[in-house]
Amino acid sequence: MARHFISTSARQMALVLLVSLLAQTAAQAQGRAGRGPPPTGEAAAPVDLTGYWVSLVTQDWIFRMVTPRRGDYSDVPLNAAGIQIMDAWDPAKDVAAGEQCKSYGAPAIMRVPERLHITWQDKQTMKMQTDAGEQTRLFHFVRSDADPGAKSLQGYSFALWQIQRKSADTGGGRASRPAGPPVWGNLKVMTNNLTAGYLRKNGIPYSDNAKLTEYYDLLPQIGGEQLMMVTSSVTDPTYLTKVFIVNSNFKKESSASGWEPSPCSATW
Amino acid sequence: MVGYTSKFQAGNSVRGTTFAVALLLAAAALPLRAQEQITQVDLSGSWALQEDEGVMERVAGPVPDDFTGIPLNDAGRYLALDYNPGSYSEPERICLQETPWSLAIGPWAIRIWPQVDPATRQVSAWMIGGTESHPPVTIWMDGRPRPSALAPHDRSGFTLGTWKGDMLIAYTTNLKAGILRRSGAFSSDQTTLTSTFIRHDDMLAVSYVLQDPVYLTEPYAYANSYLRSDGPVGIDWDPCIVGYEGVDEGKVPFYLPGKNPLVGQMKQIYGIPEEASLGGAQTMYPEFRDKIKAKFVMPPGKCTLYCTTGFAPPPPSKAPATAPSTGTREPRARRAPGS
Repeated sequence: MARHFISTSARQMALVLLVSLLAQTAAQAQGRAGRGPPPTGEAAAPVDLTGYWVSLVTQDWIFRMVTPRRGDYSDVPLNAAGIQIMDAWDPAKDVAAGEQCKSYGAPAIMRVPERLHITWQDKQTMKMQTDAGEQTRLFHFVRSDADPGAKSLQGYSFALWQIQRKSADTGGGRASRPAGPPVWGNLKVMTNNLTAGYLRKNGIPYSDNAKLTEYYDLLPQIGGEQLMMVTSSVTDPTYLTKVFIVNSNFKKESSASGWEPSPCSATW
Repeated sequence: MVGYTSKFQAGNSVRGTTFAVALLLAAAALPLRAQEQITQVDLSGSWALQEDEGVMERVAGPVPDDFTGIPLNDAGRYLALDYNPGSYSEPERICLQETPWSLAIGPWAIRIWPQVDPATRQVSAWMIGGTESHPPVTIWMDGRPRPSALAPHDRSGFTLGTWKGDMLIAYTTNLKAGILRRSGAFSSDQTTLTSTFIRHDDMLAVSYVLQDPVYLTEPYAYANSYLRSDGPVGIDWDPCIVGYEGVDEGKVPFYLPGKNPLVGQMKQIYGIPEEASLGGAQTMYPEFRDKIKAKFVMPPGKCTLYCTTGFAPPPPSKAPATAPSTGTREPRARRAPGS
């Protein structure tokens, strides 16, 4: 009887292990199938940034809405070389050289009073157009190893979603594990391959060594309005003594009625 | 029989255990779904303000007639132009700017820490400390009931917080009237403030949106960035203490309508016309530039005043400088609002 019991028990245990292994294999297969190819930038978007947005100029008004005074670099961590360049600012010379858009480059463009039009150019490329200065920025969601080409005012931007998901509590004081659908998120954009330009209209310079990191955050609806905060962080070993960080606010607009393209200006 | 029964029972017991093990193993193989909760980032720590925007407003103080970009209504503008910086020395107004809004417009680093309920071991509140003379702001996370609008208002107000993804959203009510900008723009005791804390790696971005049905026509949005500080930031400031600052009892410094002698400084220093300097919602939007383009006059020559960090030029020195009497860190000089 004892032998029979042991034999039965062993068979049961073997069956249990088999079921368990099958369940594990099925779960892994399900995980692989669930993973599949990574979603495109458009499909993975945890928030919708597309549409028309207008600048809310409530900070640094005197440096953004009018042309700042010659030699005024309040708040900007310029080094001595940068001050020298700023002091030599000559907008007429910029215009003559066809460089009237130097204050509309990627490190400065979000501070320009303007409207943005954000769309998907394709499933892996977000397009941002500005009415002020008629600039176009492209945010690439696939990092390319190809030569990014010549440096430009808007440079090359690589974008990724920082997705926040529900998490499963793994217990025991261990870190929780993200799972489930996205609940929120933000866009991180890293830009390089820039030509030199101005952080402000009065010739405060950044060099072609500058790099820009931005975070696009949708804020909760306030007073029935959708706001977007853009945090821009500029590093430039040539002209800045430290990282330069500013926040710019935008309000969602329901239509293109305020869209008013205007060319770059070196003086206004 | 007894033995058999015993063995039978033992066999049942083993089979029960076996099935329990099987269930556990099978469950372990499936994706975890139990106890789902929203991931929350840890905001605690010391955060150093990045003073790369608005330094004039934060430190030296704005030009006295600078209300640009504030969506003031007529009542708000009237009150702002009535403001005499001397009133800040009245005992009942000395602590006027010590509301949570001072976190937005001040030069303060902040320290954030959680307050844990010992019974539930859950975070019952996030504490935001760091203003010059203000107690920490308490963001209650336990969903306690908000006091009635008729309940007493105080400088800190009452704040409830919620998470949306990794964003901590704090909503403050029950505030006293306070200073919106130190040039003399005020907020009323009907003001509400939505503060959103968003952590990006070692950077903390905070959005502030203030709404005031009494003095503003639209929400007023502001934002700051902070970098994580390895060393503790100084929040050991003295509390705001009411004292005699030279304004005699019964005297209320103010300017009569149309008699404010400080109006015109924005034009003089920055070339900015009055219709812009006196604020209003229209001044927040890009199209307002078209209205003032013909009226703006760039001051001639190179900038000579408030050109670098936003600090006011030091007053002429009549006595030899003396070292601070206490401490190793000296608070940054701030002017009285509008002075």
